[in-house]
Amino acid sequence: MDWNFTDTWIVVTGALCALACALPGCFLVLRKMSMMGDAISHAVLPGLALAFLFTGSRESLPMFLGAAVTGVLTALFTQWINRFANVDRGAAMGVVFTTLFAIGLVLIVRAADHVDLDPGCVLYGSLEFSAPIVPGEVPRAAIVNGAVLLLNIAVIALLYKELRLSAFDPALADTLGFSSNLLHYLLMTLVAVTTVAAFESVGSIIVIAMLIVPAATAQLVTRRLLPMLLVASAVAVLSAVLGHLGALTVPPLFGFSGTTTSGMMAFAAGLIFTVAWLVSLMPRRRGAAEGHRPGDLAAGP
Amino acid sequence: MPFTLDDFLRVLLLQDYNTQLVVGATALLGLGSGVVGSLLLLRKRSLMGDVLSHATLPGIALAFAILTSLGGAGKSLPALLGGATLSGLAGVAVMLAIRRTTRLRDDVAMGFVLSVFFGTGVAILQMVRNLPDASGLMSFVYGKTASIVLSDFTFIATVSVAACAVSIVLLKEFTLLCFDESYAASQGWPVLLLDVLLLGLVTAVTVIGLQSVGLILVIAFLIIPAAAARFWTERLGVMLVLSGIIGAFSGWLGASLSALLQDTPAGAVIVIAAASVFLVSMFFGTKRGIVPRYLDHRHLQRRVGRQHLLRSVYEVLEGDAGPIANHPVPRGELLAHRSWTPHQLKQLLSLARREDHLESTADPDSILLSESGFGEAARITRNHRLWELYLIRHADIAPSHVDRDADMVEHILGPEMVRELERELAPDLQIPASPHRI
Repeated sequence: MDWNFTDTWIVVTGALCALACALPGCFLVLRKMSMMGDAISHAVLPGLALAFLFTGSRESLPMFLGAAVTGVLTALFTQWINRFANVDRGAAMGVVFTTLFAIGLVLIVRAADHVDLDPGCVLYGSLEFSAPIVPGEVPRAAIVNGAVLLLNIAVIALLYKELRLSAFDPALADTLGFSSNLLHYLLMTLVAVTTVAAFESVGSIIVIAMLIVPAATAQLVTRRLLPMLLVASAVAVLSAVLGHLGALTVPPLFGFSGTTTSGMMAFAAGLIFTVAWLVSLMPRRRGAAEGHRPGDLAAGP
Repeated sequence: MPFTLDDFLRVLLLQDYNTQLVVGATALLGLGSGVVGSLLLLRKRSLMGDVLSHATLPGIALAFAILTSLGGAGKSLPALLGGATLSGLAGVAVMLAIRRTTRLRDDVAMGFVLSVFFGTGVAILQMVRNLPDASGLMSFVYGKTASIVLSDFTFIATVSVAACAVSIVLLKEFTLLCFDESYAASQGWPVLLLDVLLLGLVTAVTVIGLQSVGLILVIAFLIIPAAAARFWTERLGVMLVLSGIIGAFSGWLGASLSALLQDTPAGAVIVIAAASVFLVSMFFGTKRGIVPRYLDHRHLQRRVGRQHLLRSVYEVLEGDAGPIANHPVPRGELLAHRSWTPHQLKQLLSLARREDHLESTADPDSILLSESGFGEAARITRNHRLWELYLIRHADIAPSHVDRDADMVEHILGPEMVRELERELAPDLQIPASPHRI
């Protein structure tokens, strides 16, 4: 295995992206909306296609705006169908994102007649291609994902109290005057922006996995929000490092030349979760387990 | 895309061999996934199709890699589908295990399986992409509806019909599982087994759907027809049939349209067809559609408003000394009696006028009940008082609080209930005096 500056940048970009996803992901998991990341990542397709059709170029700003708007619309439509038509939230989400995805697919295929837009490319950006060719150059993907990460940290730090309250007790948040609905849409906007930024620079697989798996792992370890955010961040960075190492070392074992780092990052995150899961299953010393203090009736023999 | 009416009819009526196969296969798939999807919707696991369709990817990639390294033809359909089924079932197992052994919720377990399996699948696919013959593998992701051949058709038809048959044979058990899982368990039904069986059916439908509408769009078939059918009925049997029909119809329409319009991916057109049916059902579905529910609600509100108006007039009339008689009541007194705005009162009056409950008076500022209006007012007031007395006597509600409680029920008292109350509380057919200060 030879490691050079390209590999370093791949890991750095992957880690920035994973961190940017893991932070809002914690709130998604707490609000029982884990599947929203997957839904948004499919549903942004028509936004990308429309932006492309209107501007006629693959410039990033219009694409980014189009996708972010569709992402927020997905959340809005899901909420409306759920509330006004009494459809189960999962089903509402499914109806919305499959329909939007289908519309996007038709738009892209129709547009591809006369322009150069490949559904494969739109769907899977590649972490490998984001790395610079010349040493010393900072890749654009790293800047984009770093900026999104800073945005996410800033929003979460500024609204930490409000987000925490509305994640754990939306009704109380409402009575205290913080509209949990407004926070919901803010969170959805953050998820949409994060998703689209990562989508365009490094592909959708990282997004879907990093929105859920680090947060799920952290939830196995702790019940408190701040530790959860920190553990999720650690898992995100670790997945990026292990993922790229895996992408370099695993395929040669089977006689193949290489594979995508993003896929291996998802796999690595799954492994980390599995370790945390197995540890949580191990019988703990009596009294050490949370809530099982000596004399606690629930502790049992 | 120019096409003539003749073309359109020829395709819709299945006169070409090619379109016969394609349209027939997607319609049958729509039927099967519509039926299975209904059960999934009621089990609140609609997104399971999403999870499974992603979770099949590592199985497909692994099956291809193993077959090729054994020297066989990598893209043998049964082997790939077998791999897909196995990895889908593995995904189901992981999900159920996470649910049973950790405190993570359903959606987290589903999201975990989806993302990790999908990412792993993509990693393996990228690994094996340089093997000979690997080029068409990704067509699994987008479906290849236009190239369905006879063997595919037979396969889809068999699995789809089998899935329908199992759902119908086990309808009673699945109904119990969907509506009251713990009751089913307490009655000794093997709940886990039924759950696994249901998810197995979903896996089967998902795997055959990979072929005809694509990995990402098959999930729409499992969700949209069922969600659309739910707006039309409250009965599970009817919903199952309706959902199957909607699925088959969208498959037929979408596949036909995409055969007519070049360069349109069939899977996407089918989903859009199904979504159109959903949209129509969402607004106009007779049982739970938005428009019928809104109309019902407005109808009830109007009836309640009219009854409140009549009772208020009657109560104002009662306030006068002497025996009660019908004479004009000034608007001001009514406004003081209840917390109506003048505008609300005006609307209520026009409603009552439409029912012939009001008579026109010379003075525009006062209201006179017609003969039928007065009778109706007496009847409504009597029902209200009877119900209040019943609540005070049998439900221990304080007389000062009873007005509001009575208000919530009195508008929907049936005639039998009223007769029973009469027997119990006011056998002499008098209108009882109000138990509280009006």
